[in-house]
Amino acid sequence: MAIVKTERHPELPPPVSESGVIGWMRNNLFSSPLNIILTLVSVYVAWVAISGFVSYTIINANFAGETRADCTDTGACWVFIKARFGQIMYGFYPVEERWRVDVGYVLGAIGIFCILSDWVKNKKWPAVYMFAVYPVICYFLFSGGYFGLPTVETSEWGGLFLTLVLASVSIFVALPLGIVLALGRRSEMPIVRMLCVGFIELIRGVPLITVLFMSSVMLPLFLPEGMNFDKLVRALVGMSLFSAAYMAEVVRGGLQAIPKGQMEAANSLGLGFWKATGLIVLPQALKISIPSIVNTFIGLFKDTTLVLIIGLLDLLSIVKTGTTDKEWLGMANEGYIFVAMVFWVFCFGMSRYSIWLENKLHTGHKR
Amino acid sequence: MTTDAQGLGAGDSKLRDPRVRAVLYQILVIVLFVAFVYYIADNTIDNLEKLGISSGLGFLQQPSGFGIGIVLIMDYSSQTSTHFDVLLIGIINTLAVSLSGIFLATTLGFIFGVLRLSSNWVVNKIAAVYIEVVRNIPLLVQLLFWYFAVLGVLPLVKESFQLGENFYVNNRGINFPSIVPSDGFWVIPVALLVAIVIGVFISKWAKKRQDLTGETFPVFWSYVGLVIVLPTIAALIMGLPYTIDYPAFGRFGIKGGWVLEPEFLALLIGLSVYTGAFIAEIVRSGINSVSHGQTEAANSLGIRSGLAMRLVVLPQALRVIVPPLTSQYLNLVKNSSLATAIGYADITAIFAGTSLNQTGQAIEVIGITMLFYLSISLIISMFMNWYNKRIALVER
Repeated sequence: MAIVKTERHPELPPPVSESGVIGWMRNNLFSSPLNIILTLVSVYVAWVAISGFVSYTIINANFAGETRADCTDTGACWVFIKARFGQIMYGFYPVEERWRVDVGYVLGAIGIFCILSDWVKNKKWPAVYMFAVYPVICYFLFSGGYFGLPTVETSEWGGLFLTLVLASVSIFVALPLGIVLALGRRSEMPIVRMLCVGFIELIRGVPLITVLFMSSVMLPLFLPEGMNFDKLVRALVGMSLFSAAYMAEVVRGGLQAIPKGQMEAANSLGLGFWKATGLIVLPQALKISIPSIVNTFIGLFKDTTLVLIIGLLDLLSIVKTGTTDKEWLGMANEGYIFVAMVFWVFCFGMSRYSIWLENKLHTGHKR
Repeated sequence: MTTDAQGLGAGDSKLRDPRVRAVLYQILVIVLFVAFVYYIADNTIDNLEKLGISSGLGFLQQPSGFGIGIVLIMDYSSQTSTHFDVLLIGIINTLAVSLSGIFLATTLGFIFGVLRLSSNWVVNKIAAVYIEVVRNIPLLVQLLFWYFAVLGVLPLVKESFQLGENFYVNNRGINFPSIVPSDGFWVIPVALLVAIVIGVFISKWAKKRQDLTGETFPVFWSYVGLVIVLPTIAALIMGLPYTIDYPAFGRFGIKGGWVLEPEFLALLIGLSVYTGAFIAEIVRSGINSVSHGQTEAANSLGIRSGLAMRLVVLPQALRVIVPPLTSQYLNLVKNSSLATAIGYADITAIFAGTSLNQTGQAIEVIGITMLFYLSISLIISMFMNWYNKRIALVER
């Protein structure tokens, strides 16, 4: 008369209300009355926003055609972007010379790939190429005048090309300058420190526009007569000085995170200041500040749009000019949405890369 | 081993002493810096002479001779007003848009920062999309979008879109009724001030009482009540000392009332939405930085979850939030200079823009503009440092 079970009861699946899609929805979307209301409202908002955006930019949009008359549907008129695509990409760079820009892109992409990818183990030559050879190649390639390449004035540069030139030249100048400023700010020599602090805080306290105004209006006054830069170089000076100040603070953050013992250990091994800094402290400091450097670069990349105000034809500026064209009036939506999407892809990509890199470089003890 | 350290290379030992070298380096730096400044100053004086520009601040007294779109508080006419008036108007306009922008951006940022932490998946994702989209698009693009693509396509003044009785929305802005003070109006702001002062005393008294007896007092609601009731009573006693000016169609568009110009609106919306996204991330990381044990401990002591948020989590989160929040405020003020691109009359647009072009006094104008932004930055950081010190961890 034993009523004791001799074998184990087979395991039951978890209750439907607690697992799977239904369980997830119950826990995450409908856990309380307030949550139910929030969910319904936000689903409605999301639906309105997404369906509106998709139907405007894709479903009801016009893709085919050449002129404004071809835009018959209610949605966006991408014909506008298509008709001006060359200008948006290269500005007024002569059509038959645009291959030079493309070659520059490809050479740059190869260099960046070699530096960033794990496949190339020895980073020395890619670095030399990227920081010493590539800028020189680009200078001759883009402005011409040598090797049988016709000269292209910088006033003809424009569009996305100009935006990329602005961003990369500024970062190229700002990074070394920022490192020097950061070292100066942490120096024990009071005068050097004072000058660096003064420069950094002055630049960080004012908007980029005033710096750009200064470089475009006051720089000609500062230089002797006859010595004059073109507009692009003046803008580049302003942007580089501006981002150098921000870069200096980022690098300083990295330097502060390196314990003093590292410097002392290097000194006790007989390394002087420059060797100890260059071989021991800076590599570690730069490594931990890479994510912030990328973030600063994203900010700089977004800030390149400000050259619109001093009259350079970057990506945003050339699209804005396009929207005032008599044949394409009323294209403000399309123009700005397109520019926004281009910038978004670049900046979002870089921010994801920086997060990924942060995780990869995190070789210490992660919780 | 008789050679001592000092004997080694005795000839250049002075140069090998780091202290001596530091002095030498600094002298070198000073000489270079002075030479650089001298070179620039010399060139500048030369160039200014050739251009026939007299330096000095005298130009501030010259009549400006151009019109300004948006003038708050002051009177301005292109004939009689000087460049100094232009500077003042620019400063007022910059401050107006910055302060309202800071207020709106903080509100937006805190709302979306909290939504981003919501356990509700849909709400969470909507906040995430807002933050990621807005943060990764240049502010200038957003400003132009708001100004040209959103506010620019509103109907003409004649076909104004009407909201309720007295609100008109058109491409020249939003018209709404204004309050015109008449005799005895001063009583109302005074009553408001009195209400605020009484409120401060009540909150102090309530805190003291709670410390002594543990009894709580509805401070917030009594505050709200005071602020509403006292001015209302004052207004009733004085027999409503104001008239309301309703906007109405005249022969040339809408007359009367107040108007919010599209330039101001676009700048305000753009700045707040952009900065709000950054603040939301700051708020999120601040709240995340408070360990979950704090919430659990508060709950286990029987504190309700809303109260636990206010009394336990937020005070600790604020310590993490305030420093980066300060730099966002500074960014907002500096970014308000983008007004130039959409024609809002801030200091950069009318003073560093139009006045500079008219007078050619580049150095003075840019100098004054930079000085203004620097002092604003300084004031905001000082205020936020004071606030930060107040909420900082009190260590025993």
